[in-house]
Amino acid sequence: MKKKLARSLIFLLSIVFVLSGCFGGGTNNESTPEESTDPGEKTEETGPKILRLNNSSEPGSLHPGTAQGTHDSWILEHAFEGLTKKTPEGEIIPGMAKEWETSEDGLTWTFHLRDDIKWSNGDPVTAADFEYAWKYALNPESASTYAYQLYYLEGGQEFNEGKADEDQVGVTAEDDQTLVVKLAQPTPYFLDLTSFYTYYPISQKVQEENPKWYQEAESYVSNGAFKLTEWKHKESMKLEKNEHYYEQDKIKLDEVHFVIIDDENTAWQMYQAGELDLVYPLPQDVQGQLLANNDPEFVKGPDLAVYYFNFNNEVKPFNNPKVRKALSMAIDRQTIVEHVAQGGQIPAYSVVPPGIPDVSGDYQENTGNLFEENLDEAKKLLEEGLAEEGMDQLPNFTLTYNTSEGHKAIAEAVQEMWRKNLGVEMTLENVEFQVKLDREKAGDYTISRAGWVGDYVDPMTFIDLWVTDGPYNDANWSNPEYDKLVEVAKTTMDQEERMNAMHEAEKILMDEMPILPVYFYTKPFTVKPHVTGVYTPINSYPQFIYADIE
Amino acid sequence: MLKFALKRVGLALLTLWVIITLTFLLMHNIPGNPFAQEGTMPKAVYENLQSYYNLDKPLLVQYGLYLQSLLQLDFGPSLKSSSISVNDYIKSGFPVSLHLGTQAMLIAITFGLIFGVIASLNRNKWPDYLSMVLAIIGISVPNFILATILINYFAVEWQLFPVATWKSWSHTVLPSIALAMMPMAYIARLMRSSMLEVLSQDYILTAKAKGLSRNKVILKHAIRNAMLPVVTVLGILIANLVTGSFIIESIFGIPGMGEMFVKGIFNRDYPVILGSTIFYSAILIFLILIVDLAYTWIDPRIKISGERK
Repeated sequence: MKKKLARSLIFLLSIVFVLSGCFGGGTNNESTPEESTDPGEKTEETGPKILRLNNSSEPGSLHPGTAQGTHDSWILEHAFEGLTKKTPEGEIIPGMAKEWETSEDGLTWTFHLRDDIKWSNGDPVTAADFEYAWKYALNPESASTYAYQLYYLEGGQEFNEGKADEDQVGVTAEDDQTLVVKLAQPTPYFLDLTSFYTYYPISQKVQEENPKWYQEAESYVSNGAFKLTEWKHKESMKLEKNEHYYEQDKIKLDEVHFVIIDDENTAWQMYQAGELDLVYPLPQDVQGQLLANNDPEFVKGPDLAVYYFNFNNEVKPFNNPKVRKALSMAIDRQTIVEHVAQGGQIPAYSVVPPGIPDVSGDYQENTGNLFEENLDEAKKLLEEGLAEEGMDQLPNFTLTYNTSEGHKAIAEAVQEMWRKNLGVEMTLENVEFQVKLDREKAGDYTISRAGWVGDYVDPMTFIDLWVTDGPYNDANWSNPEYDKLVEVAKTTMDQEERMNAMHEAEKILMDEMPILPVYFYTKPFTVKPHVTGVYTPINSYPQFIYADIE
Repeated sequence: MLKFALKRVGLALLTLWVIITLTFLLMHNIPGNPFAQEGTMPKAVYENLQSYYNLDKPLLVQYGLYLQSLLQLDFGPSLKSSSISVNDYIKSGFPVSLHLGTQAMLIAITFGLIFGVIASLNRNKWPDYLSMVLAIIGISVPNFILATILINYFAVEWQLFPVATWKSWSHTVLPSIALAMMPMAYIARLMRSSMLEVLSQDYILTAKAKGLSRNKVILKHAIRNAMLPVVTVLGILIANLVTGSFIIESIFGIPGMGEMFVKGIFNRDYPVILGSTIFYSAILIFLILIVDLAYTWIDPRIKISGERK
């Protein structure tokens, strides 16, 4: 019997072997002429400097007014430039504006534009282009998702809501080079916002002549370091150096070629085969391997985002802070980061990620750990919390996450940790992303997985989330003291007072634990050694504006 | 014949209308919202989006508007892209998927039939085992695994073909093979069993008895009759292949229309869901019609009902 089995196994194996041989032979012949024309890395060294990248999804809109999300912004950030821009170190420096001044109350900002700035079609960039672009995004008829990024302007929100006129929006071009901005309330991080893509200008002339200018490369006009010269929808894009850019001598690359590849594994394989110079995002297991091997091409870029779980604060017993805290203290974040998420993420013991400047130093570093993982304490808190709610054990509950292998692995790890550490039984449920959002909004969940990416580089972009009845407060948590601190931080221009208020607020948040922070995201990517000058600002994709190929 | 064709076309249009209506209703009743995102957006922004895409109107009005634009062959805008409409999606994606699907289909039919016939003629001998093991591998190995293996060896290790994207003919080789494996295996198995059945029929014996050569018997009598079940499934197989495979297109970064079907649903992109469903249904209905007509050509015994003798 055994012999027979062995023989048939050998037979099977040999068939497979022969088959693979057949296939190899067949395709070999077909491909011989292709070999010479394959990846042309060598020829490029002498020709134009071309950087080859992957944008993992077709951009939804390359119009600054209606763009949203990283697939859009990665292109926009290189094709356009706002009033200000950021250095690789994150410092805000003059962009289209050469200088600016603020009124004492912090409400009026006057920007003076450079003289030598031009659109990629040669027209001058004027202050009117900024005014036009901002009002375009706020116009309800443009249906811009990111219109709310401009709600800081006086009358901005009202105009977007259809309650005010265009003329009442606080942005005016006094002359070709002077832009006066009036804010609804003092906004200390307004300067940061002026480098964000919703604040980019658009050419009024181009937009009025051809409202569809942004849909094809042929009609695309921008004011940044690169211009879009080819866009094969869902397939590829080409950026070329913009000869009208005022600082063009600082731009080393001649062209940037994007392919649009959805599949992370494919993108990684293209990188390995030398068809791409930089790849982000990477498949999760590849990240883990590269990190473990200390691969020199691997870069762990910073990110402005936090991964957390929402507790539905209206569902018993999760309305009890002790129960929430117990659950939070009973998971091992280091293990999750190291063995499950595997991207070099940072365990989170607060909600504001590192990389945001404080009055002095880094905001998150100054915060430190606002709670600790402690099993004994967790057990005690759980018991007390349950007793307060009149329960003797935690009823079976459900953790909801949006379908994804990565989220699933983390949810399973957390489930196991809670079971082992607290003896808590729970079920996992995965739903489509859109469904999860619907249910969170309707309060139809117990615990849900969430993530938040900061809109601008200030702790407020995170702290603001959990104000009472705030539009993003899916946990339905409310704390008057917290609200008061947020209000203080929002209305004062005194940097020290603001930061203190936000530190205080964050302490309250972590003391009450309406949400359970898990880790701070990172942006792990790989880049070939012949590419230099790529840098990763905390809130955007790797920037190649000053990159070079050696 | 003409009467039959006209009747079928009429029936097809009716089927399409039912499909449109059902899809429209189902789509608006599944949970999820096209504009939802992490956190919620300010109310005004949401309302602006709703009114921009007419989603704030009563469902019946939306349905009317949709049918109206459909009559002008306009599938509407994509809610997720302001640069390409659903028409653009189909216009740019379908030729690509068609190209890929046709190549895959040619591979599948050619090798499927050859393997099937060889297997049946050598029943229970090694060519039979070989073909059927191949067929089992083809059916049981999911095409995303096959695709990954192909890429890993032929593109990364040996660098014979590019990894992905859609630029030249060499870019089409690996995805065509990956896509062809399943239908090829399916056709091979179907052909084999069908051949075995035909070969045991009396008329084959008769043909042999009247002294026809083996080749003639097989080619003229056996294969032709055995093809019928294969032709039946071809309609569906072709419709599936030419409208694109989400997985293969996604892995190889091919700008076909396969992603419409999956991403449309994920994003609750209503016009994309409707557009892809209608387009796919139209193709499927058309191909089934062709298959029905092809029967009469392959097997003259089959008469189209309604045709006068």
